[in-house]
Amino acid sequence: MLVLLPLLVPLATALLCALTWTTPRLQRAISAGGAMLLLLCSLALLRQVMAQGAITLVAGNWPLPFGIAFTADHLGTALVLIAALMLSITLLWQESAADAAPVSPALHPLLHGLVAGSTAAFLTADLFNLYVWFEVSLICALGLLVQGGALRQLDAALKYFVLNLVGTLLLLAAVALLHAATGQLNFTALGEAASRLDHSVKLPLLGLLMLAFLIKAAAFPFFAWLPVSYHTLPAPVLALFSALLTKIGICALLRTIAGVFFPAPELLFTLLGWIALLSMVTGVLGAAYHWDMRRILAFHTISQIGYILLAIALSSRAGNAAAIFFALHHSMVKAGLFLVAGLIYRQTGHYDLRRIGGLHAAKPGLAVLFLLLALSLVGIPPLSGFWGKYLIISESFNQGEYLWAGSALFVGFLTLYSMAKIWLEAFWKPHPDRAWRLPTGVRTAPAYAGLCLLVLVTLWVGLVPERLLLFVSDAAATLQGGVP
Amino acid sequence: MISWLPPAEVFVRVLYAMLLFASLWILWRGQNAPGGGFIGGLMAVAASAAYALVFDAGSALRRLPLEPVRLAACGVLLALLSGLPALLNGLPYLTHRGVTLSFGVVELPVSTVILFDLGIYLCVWGVFGGYCLALVRAIEEES
Amino acid sequence: MIWAVALALGTVIAAGTYLLLSRDLLRCLIGLVLFGNGINLLLFTGGRLTSSLPPIIDAGETALAVTANPLPQALVLTAIVISFALMCFSLVLALQIIQLAGSDDVARLRASEPPSQDGIKPALEEPS
Repeated sequence: MLVLLPLLVPLATALLCALTWTTPRLQRAISAGGAMLLLLCSLALLRQVMAQGAITLVAGNWPLPFGIAFTADHLGTALVLIAALMLSITLLWQESAADAAPVSPALHPLLHGLVAGSTAAFLTADLFNLYVWFEVSLICALGLLVQGGALRQLDAALKYFVLNLVGTLLLLAAVALLHAATGQLNFTALGEAASRLDHSVKLPLLGLLMLAFLIKAAAFPFFAWLPVSYHTLPAPVLALFSALLTKIGICALLRTIAGVFFPAPELLFTLLGWIALLSMVTGVLGAAYHWDMRRILAFHTISQIGYILLAIALSSRAGNAAAIFFALHHSMVKAGLFLVAGLIYRQTGHYDLRRIGGLHAAKPGLAVLFLLLALSLVGIPPLSGFWGKYLIISESFNQGEYLWAGSALFVGFLTLYSMAKIWLEAFWKPHPDRAWRLPTGVRTAPAYAGLCLLVLVTLWVGLVPERLLLFVSDAAATLQGGVP
Repeated sequence: MISWLPPAEVFVRVLYAMLLFASLWILWRGQNAPGGGFIGGLMAVAASAAYALVFDAGSALRRLPLEPVRLAACGVLLALLSGLPALLNGLPYLTHRGVTLSFGVVELPVSTVILFDLGIYLCVWGVFGGYCLALVRAIEEES
Repeated sequence: MIWAVALALGTVIAAGTYLLLSRDLLRCLIGLVLFGNGINLLLFTGGRLTSSLPPIIDAGETALAVTANPLPQALVLTAIVISFALMCFSLVLALQIIQLAGSDDVARLRASEPPSQDGIKPALEEPS
């Protein structure tokens, strides 16, 4: 039952929040309680999974492979914990005045709904069920995107909707064809049945599946939905988006192409490697072009997704472990950077670097937090990003993929460029308006608390990486049905 | 205008009750025959829509048991709760149990599935009913 | 029969894709719906097309013989419900966008990514 709690708790909380939408205080209390409970459940689940390995539960007591199974393995549980943590931080931010956007009564139900959809997608062991949860998280994400009702938000929602729906429809097509070819939907049964398939059938089917997940993960030619929509969201919601949405695609890709269908056709991994390369480069170039902090960070997400895909494309156990490490690191660091951007916005009223400045003197604490997160993103030791990049690049060298490894290093330099740009423009240079003063009486303590938590985690992972390294290598082993 | 027909206001009141009754019957029938919560819920939406077309969206809204959002949330909550009794018997979540109650001549099948279906019914009524009525209201405001 | 369905399926998906690429917002959404219906049809066809016999396994047998597999039909039902809900949402969204923007031309809809003012640097963020 513990396996289902990470999706039942946020689902029930979302419904209770919807029932109490006319009484904001009660709604906030329920929402906070639900988030706490989710955090506890995911911690308990993590403990159990680490002690006894993957746990499977089949809803409705149907025999496998007919019942819809949920499996909590290392990868899924770790992502669930991240989701729970980010939800708590997002709710903590709502308690501060760090984001001036008015809170709509639909906000809390949608946030919990998004988390429920994502955690279920992380835990499900059934291909069609995965599609259903993709749609649930899509609907909730759309609801969050249209909250403000301004034209730019609706425009973003429309583009997000169309591009993502094409992705989920392609997923549905892949599910249909895989089911027609194998007669199975459960991951374990599907893997066994697919290993008996002819190569000429397997390649297009898995290719279609990979295409659908790449759209969801915002990889190179399919990323347009991400930079068009992310910057229209308020900062805390944006942090949750960046921690969850692309990770659903990454998790599904790891589960299927790298896990269930192992060994998938070689061609797919070669293709994935080039897509990863192009994602890394285009993402970081887009980030170098932009001046709006949220857009810089959104484009960086594409580039970082490229790193994760590169690790998956190496198609080895060490590569998968690196991908999982990097995904966990990226979820927290990127969310933290979005939160820093939100705090800067609160202090200055702008996200555009050309309109702000002088924050290193006005807000030295914020400057330190930003620096730690930014250097972690770039991959400077001893922060968590260093280990992520180190794992990926060393595994590429091991496999003789010098071009991929070299590009990853080169993209690291460009990442440093745009992080340095934010640093120089927002913190170092004097404010363009000499009369500018910090606003007073803004309650930002809860926001800082959430941010500090993320920075502590990245520091901790960076300084003491052994446990997480062991954990991700177990995760990579269980991915392909092995025992850690 | 055919004068011997009752006015639409009278007609639609009867129709509303009949449609709701039919929708509940379809919901009930769904246990062992074609039917069920989703299609029953859509029928209830049809009842609300017919009412709104003859009167107005506001009075159709007042006829719903709860506001649309609450109705839908209650429905899904009910569906989620219907999976819990299985846990008491040590079975996995959403394992449904059914018994047939015997009242002399009449046999009544009762199960937790009907609770789940009722939840779907309420959810569909709430979501799509609310959607329809909001559209009708938008048209009313325009004209 | 299966070829006729395959042809129909291909036509629907092609028509959906064509409309999806249109600049007209409503056509684009109709294309999306058509595309989705084509894929639902694909899912449905995956469960075999046979007579309308009920899917009951005969005594002594272990697999369905002549009837269609009912599972894809159940999956299609789920997919239809989801696409129905999303279509409802997208129509309201489109209506709102057309009212606010005063245009249904997708190419002119640049509200969330305003074009650059000088053609080189990104547009300055408008203070909100």
